Amino acid sequence: MAIGYYLVLSGLLFAIGAAGVFLRRNIITLLLSVEIMLNAVNLAFVAFGRQLGTVDGQIITFFVMTVAAAEAAVGLALVIGLFRHRESLNPEAFTSLKW
Amino acid sequence: MGFDQFLFFVFAGVAVLGSLLVIGQRNPIYSVLALIVAFFGLSGLYVLLEAPFVAVVQIIIYAGAIMVLFLFTVMLLNVPREDAAEWDRAHPYYRPWALRVGTALAVVMALQLGWALSRTPGLGVGVADERPAISSVAELGRVLFTDYMFAFEVTSILIIVAMVGAVALARKRES
Repeated sequence: MAIGYYLVLSGLLFAIGAAGVFLRRNIITLLLSVEIMLNAVNLAFVAFGRQLGTVDGQIITFFVMTVAAAEAAVGLALVIGLFRHRESLNPEAFTSLKW
Repeated sequence: MGFDQFLFFVFAGVAVLGSLLVIGQRNPIYSVLALIVAFFGLSGLYVLLEAPFVAVVQIIIYAGAIMVLFLFTVMLLNVPREDAAEWDRAHPYYRPWALRVGTALAVVMALQLGWALSRTPGLGVGVADERPAISSVAELGRVLFTDYMFAFEVTSILIIVAMVGAVALARKRES
């Protein structure tokens, strides 16, 4: 399978994740879209690592997964805190700091 | 078309359709479940790339741990579905200037990406054509604990910070 297919698929998934961040009005779905983007990058890393015949791509994937786990833990804790304050998950509800 | 190519398109289709379902409907529970399906598709792609350990970790960590965390939060908060009428009324997408400028920028970026991809040499080279795959967990561990030692230790600090931060943020304030 040519590397180009993996890159196009990776770009497609990244675009879907980015579109989700812009389109959805629910903080949890926004976090899920960020996970999609991280996974798209993971796929590109593993594909390049396979082509170059090294393990570096796979190892960076583990680091990305760790960061994703930390991001999900802190992000969801923030979501719980925000929900306690506003009883809503719509990002439009959290505009106190907006100028 | 070989069997490998057939499998690639099956797994890619599962991943793309799952991701589209994540952002394509308003119920967060279904979004989380669709993302788990998409992760299984990606895991199959990792197997095709001869990275079985990454594939297994993808299922255990992502589909197992992280998605359970999301599912737990969705159910804990009893998150309502997004309100379609409110979305139509309040979404920034419906501000005319945002719609026009955003669409123009997206088209420009897609054109640039396509242009760059069309001029990149070597895209047609198969991933498995040139080098043998390294899929042994022993080799992964050796590189992880020698070349990437510093990054590995920094990651442990990151996890501690994230853990403490999550507990501190989600704790109930005693008044």
